[in-house]
Amino acid sequence: MIVTQERNLTQDEIARTEENASYAIEARNLHVYYGNFLAVKDVDLMIHSRKITAIIGPSGCGKSTVLRSFNRMNELVPTAHTEGQVIFGGQNIYHEDVDAVELRRRIGMVFQKANPFPKSIYENIAWGAKINNFKGDLANLVERSLRQAALWEEVKDKLHQSGLSLSGGQQQRLCIARAIAVKPDIILMDEPASALDPIATLKIEELMRELAKDYTIIVVTHNMQQAARVSDYTAFFTMDEDRAGFLMEYGPTNQIFTNPREQTTEDYITGRFG
Amino acid sequence: MNDTRRPAGLAPIEGQYDSGDFEPRLTQRHRQGVVWQALFLASTLIGIVALSALLYNIFNQAFGYVAYKSELNPASLAVNGVPLQQLPKAELVNILQENVSKGLFRRLEDDQPFAQRSRKDVYDLVVQYVVQYKVEEAWTLQESIFARDQVMQYASKNPDAVLRFVSWINPAFITSQQSSNPIEAGVLTAILGSLWTIAITILFAFPVGVGAAIYLEEYALDTPINRIIRVNINNLAGVPSIIYGMLGLAIFVRLLGPLTSGAIFQAGKSATSNGRTILSAGLTLGLLILPVIIINAQEAIKAVPNSLRQASFGLGATKWQTVWHHVLPNALPGILTGTILSVSRAIGETAPLVVVGAATFLNFLPESVFAKFTTLPIQIYQWTSRPQDEFRNLAAAAIIVLLILLLTLNASAVLLRNRLSRRI
Repeated sequence: MIVTQERNLTQDEIARTEENASYAIEARNLHVYYGNFLAVKDVDLMIHSRKITAIIGPSGCGKSTVLRSFNRMNELVPTAHTEGQVIFGGQNIYHEDVDAVELRRRIGMVFQKANPFPKSIYENIAWGAKINNFKGDLANLVERSLRQAALWEEVKDKLHQSGLSLSGGQQQRLCIARAIAVKPDIILMDEPASALDPIATLKIEELMRELAKDYTIIVVTHNMQQAARVSDYTAFFTMDEDRAGFLMEYGPTNQIFTNPREQTTEDYITGRFG
Repeated sequence: MNDTRRPAGLAPIEGQYDSGDFEPRLTQRHRQGVVWQALFLASTLIGIVALSALLYNIFNQAFGYVAYKSELNPASLAVNGVPLQQLPKAELVNILQENVSKGLFRRLEDDQPFAQRSRKDVYDLVVQYVVQYKVEEAWTLQESIFARDQVMQYASKNPDAVLRFVSWINPAFITSQQSSNPIEAGVLTAILGSLWTIAITILFAFPVGVGAAIYLEEYALDTPINRIIRVNINNLAGVPSIIYGMLGLAIFVRLLGPLTSGAIFQAGKSATSNGRTILSAGLTLGLLILPVIIINAQEAIKAVPNSLRQASFGLGATKWQTVWHHVLPNALPGILTGTILSVSRAIGETAPLVVVGAATFLNFLPESVFAKFTTLPIQIYQWTSRPQDEFRNLAAAAIIVLLILLLTLNASAVLLRNRLSRRI
């Protein structure tokens, strides 16, 4: 159970946390290493609640690493280790009291390549709920999740067919439905539309806008137009000469795309590098 | 298949490419291909010829004419006009007592008291020790067909011998126990021994092997010690099977004798088995195939896409839930394939069982894992090393039984695997 417990935070940090109650999750002074390689350095990033935050930047600048550090998925890489803090619900998720298993139910994830389980559509949605000991009505939960993911009408007659029988775009929406079925607070999306055609991409983007009414969404994308179309806030990452990624600029999407403070940001957005 | 066709050649296009830079030598390149193709075909043919020779040899031995006589005419054993075949058990015991030596009778009584033996069992003993059918001459299938006059010549010279065309593999052969007389000998003891042994092998090696593979692939960190363990499991898979026999002898027979003979459970005929039991044999074969099962299971687990694990962890699954619900079901077909292959190998193993102490002659069927054992390969090995020719025929028949058993077990395992791996 994640409860607000502040013994791992200083007074000053508590004050900051309370002041920023509209933030869903916050990286403070975050460094991520793979072995001895510093992949991401000194990231301070405050993610707004129920908004879509896009993370953009050139390849290898650590966008996905930052995204995965929000639900400790980096820990699946044996050599990875993290320094600094990620504050979620007033608590540092890297504190030893926090169970990554519980954290990942609260902070769901959608991956670049749609990865439905080789099970039925129904089971794909219901499985996450089952393993988390869901007490309510499973059938109801499945329908609601599929409706939220705008997939219900397309699959309601074939719930017991394989999830792999769907098209690429449908599979990705199935993965989104699967993620929201465990009722997370935040959904992390790692280039969710990069493997899809423009029409399927558009559907995913519409879905993201719809979901942003209830969920905080953080999305990594290579597609600048997508970031501009879909997100409320944009974080631009780049890397220094040691190939360590860092946060260059962060602000409302409008401002980043029309009036960036940094020259590098402007160069990247206008396509002059990256 | 157009390798040998010589293309007419394409006309060069002016200014497009300078044919002087390339020397196509098409004829040589195509000829090279043809030579290799012929070599591959030859390899396949050699394999087919070798297999056909093997099958011919087995079937040639397993069928053919037999001429046999009996030491004592069974009709003379009739009591009060009741023929031998219909005598009650008590009469049969009497006949046995009258006609065999006291020593042999006592030994039979020791093996299993006559009071506990079935009537058929006693009847078989009478046939074996009193009537004593003896094979005078046996011919192979080839001789029986192409040198038939030779067979008939023999028959006319020996009118008191019974001449019959027999299939050495027949229902009686499969349902009879061991016997020193080739006419009566069967493989039931060996079939049951093989099945019991392989059951123990699977029960031991499958869970332990898959468990170790899961640990090594999903839990173990990449430390130097774990790397040494991984490499050495590969090495163990290459250790000759006789060495596993020595290991089994040292551990299961000698060290754990009281356990494997069932003495501490007060089960089995522990006084005579001394740990040389089905349990010891099964565990030894289990050790033998354990590395192969581990390696195959590791490969199957490695082949499960990481995206499935990530999806599972991303939903808040624990490691165990991920392994149990996603990794194992997806790796199972591969794991089973490896298990089927290694179990097939274990069924055919002889050397380690000889070392562990397979019985040379058993006149009772195994009734528990604490029984003394023999298996089909052991039986075949013993029959081929007997001086009498007829045992070669029995060995051929037993080989057919072993092959059928093997193919049946394999086929059912493959069916099971296909059933389990069927995705919705």
